[in-house]
Amino acid sequence: MKKDIILAGVGGQGILSVAAVIGLAALDYGLEIKQSEVHGMSQRGGAVVSHLRISDSTIHSDLIPEGTADMILSVEPLEALRYLNFLKKDGWIISNTKPFVNIPDYPPVEKILEEINSLPNSLTINADGIAKALKSPRSSNIVMVGAASPYLDIPVENIENGIRQIFGRKGETVVELNIAALHKGREFALGEK
Amino acid sequence: MKKALLLGDEAIGQGAIDAGISGIYAYPGTPSTEIMEYVQRSPKAKANNVHARWSANEKTATEAALGMSYAGKRAIVCMKHVGLNVAADPFMNSAITGTNGGLVIAVADDPSMHSSQNEQDSRYYGKFAQIPVLEPSNQQEAYDMTRDAFELSEKYGVPVLLRVTTRLAHSRYGVELSEPLKPNDLHLPGDPKQFVLLPSIAKRRYKILLGVQEHIEEDSENSRYNKYIEGKDKSLGIITTGIAFNYLMENFPDGASPYPVLKIGQYPLPKDAVNKIFKETEELLVLEEGYPFVEEYLRGVIESGHKIHGRLDGTVPRDGELNPNIVAKALGKDLPPDYSPPEFLANRPPELCPGCGHRDLYDALNDVMKDYGPQRVFSDIGCYTLGALPPYNAINSCVDMGASITMAKGAADAGVHPSVAVIGDSTFTHSGITGLLDAVNDNTPVTVIILDNAAVAMTGGQPSAGEGRIEQICIGVGVEPEHVRTVIPLPKNHDEMVRVIKEEIEYDGVSVVIAQRECIQTLVARKKRMRKKK
Repeated sequence: MKKDIILAGVGGQGILSVAAVIGLAALDYGLEIKQSEVHGMSQRGGAVVSHLRISDSTIHSDLIPEGTADMILSVEPLEALRYLNFLKKDGWIISNTKPFVNIPDYPPVEKILEEINSLPNSLTINADGIAKALKSPRSSNIVMVGAASPYLDIPVENIENGIRQIFGRKGETVVELNIAALHKGREFALGEK
Repeated sequence: MKKALLLGDEAIGQGAIDAGISGIYAYPGTPSTEIMEYVQRSPKAKANNVHARWSANEKTATEAALGMSYAGKRAIVCMKHVGLNVAADPFMNSAITGTNGGLVIAVADDPSMHSSQNEQDSRYYGKFAQIPVLEPSNQQEAYDMTRDAFELSEKYGVPVLLRVTTRLAHSRYGVELSEPLKPNDLHLPGDPKQFVLLPSIAKRRYKILLGVQEHIEEDSENSRYNKYIEGKDKSLGIITTGIAFNYLMENFPDGASPYPVLKIGQYPLPKDAVNKIFKETEELLVLEEGYPFVEEYLRGVIESGHKIHGRLDGTVPRDGELNPNIVAKALGKDLPPDYSPPEFLANRPPELCPGCGHRDLYDALNDVMKDYGPQRVFSDIGCYTLGALPPYNAINSCVDMGASITMAKGAADAGVHPSVAVIGDSTFTHSGITGLLDAVNDNTPVTVIILDNAAVAMTGGQPSAGEGRIEQICIGVGVEPEHVRTVIPLPKNHDEMVRVIKEEIEYDGVSVVIAQRECIQTLVARKKRMRKKK
């Protein structure tokens, strides 16, 4: 079993929490993970990416080779397209639809979504809208984890455990909100299947 | 045994704790920062009473670590690659003094310059100082090597350089920990003159270092980190260093290379192993993260007739970090990806945070400078370097820590007026104070703007060495107190900032404007912590 995931977003959007939840879920399920992240300058509102590799055997490279990623999971639509060269032919691209506009030449969002949806395996989801409806706007990244969850080959219970480990110290309410966000995202993805 | 999931940097921190260090010294710098941060968080380090505080710069950090080694205890000092330039003086001389307690210098290089102004390769420094260098290929080795580095250091009485690069520093993987060692007891050097590098003693000490060379070469030859892996296909031999090994193995899905591989993790280079792979194979491919350090060494200048491929013949790009695709290409196995990003994709460079005081200062400074003409603002290393990009385009230099003040001085000496320096509080205390002293002693007409956000912001808001004392420091150095002005960089204070900067530019001497407002990131984090306490 091998799942190579490119996690994309803008600095400050919480892709490291996404990586941590999925990574801990994989460990909880008894798999190995290797995860590279970006620190330093680009964290300031710039494009950020994390390579998350999950496997049942030794993982060599800290970086995913181009053209082999099983999934691009992005919390921002433009960022979903930035790493398309990593996606394998039948890989999944799963993106939030809510743009994060902090550059003057941000392309029209319709054009971006059209490009994403033209790929054979794509899923776009209004994670911000769903999180807001749950009265937990900061959980939109966990809605994205939920949207990805049917394609991760990791049982949803293990992902819930990942959430508990990450958010546990913030209290039971935060944990429950994020588990709800996970399931809302998951339901949406299953409905689109 | 349950494995700990650790960043490469964290594995170094844990390795140092388990090696029984008594102190860790560092100045923050990507990609090395997390080593110190990990030790500061570690309950085990706390229990061992490990000294774990940030230093003013890499030089002071290295000297403090050397002092701890003098006292017979184990110490580690951590920095990014360019930090080793700052620490080069104590680093080079610590090889001559030698060590008493184990001393490890952990340096994180940043090939591809993700967060740096160059991609220098620290292995040259190791060779320069003639000390052992360890270069892990993965997080487990980062842990094991850190522990072993202290043993090596104490065995041969020399400091040991531990080199990692960005990808390993910032990638996590499971690490198996071994039994922790107890810290050394305090014991002073057996020779009371060991650390006195007067010429007569330095000559003797240098001969000792030269005498150690054959032993550290032999140690490399027998090191478990230099591994010769047999392969059936002798048409090619592959030498990897550090994480290049992982990228190579990624290209052999069954986990075995058909070609012989020499995996290097400890320097000086193991000569016997290198000769073996050279003789056994028809051509060589050298894969190393960083400069063509090993490749150049193998090529030498005398034509051997043996083909050596790597960064110098274009098989691998001459600059930048490696990745699995570059290695695939070098092996002739590269497949073009199925997709590529669309042409309409826009770049998203980093930017100053919304609400950051640097924004307000740059708005004011730009207003002032438009009356004086372009290209008169020298700046430095930190978040505020982003002021070089649109929409500000406010600064004209960023070279090395502290260079803003001294370059502004030199330009003023040459006749540039006004000549303005923009520097952060932590960069100022790191390497700016001595430059300000030069300007004061010369009464150079420069205006130094110190962006005092009370943090080392770019690397994550570590405490700043001169917090709350910037004004005092400037006056202490000799700047006239009436020309040390403080402003609060907020949009509502725009006109006042413009007025103050203008007045100080018009002053014919050294003036300092301190723009004082807490980093927006540390402010948010601090408020969060306070709410939690309540």
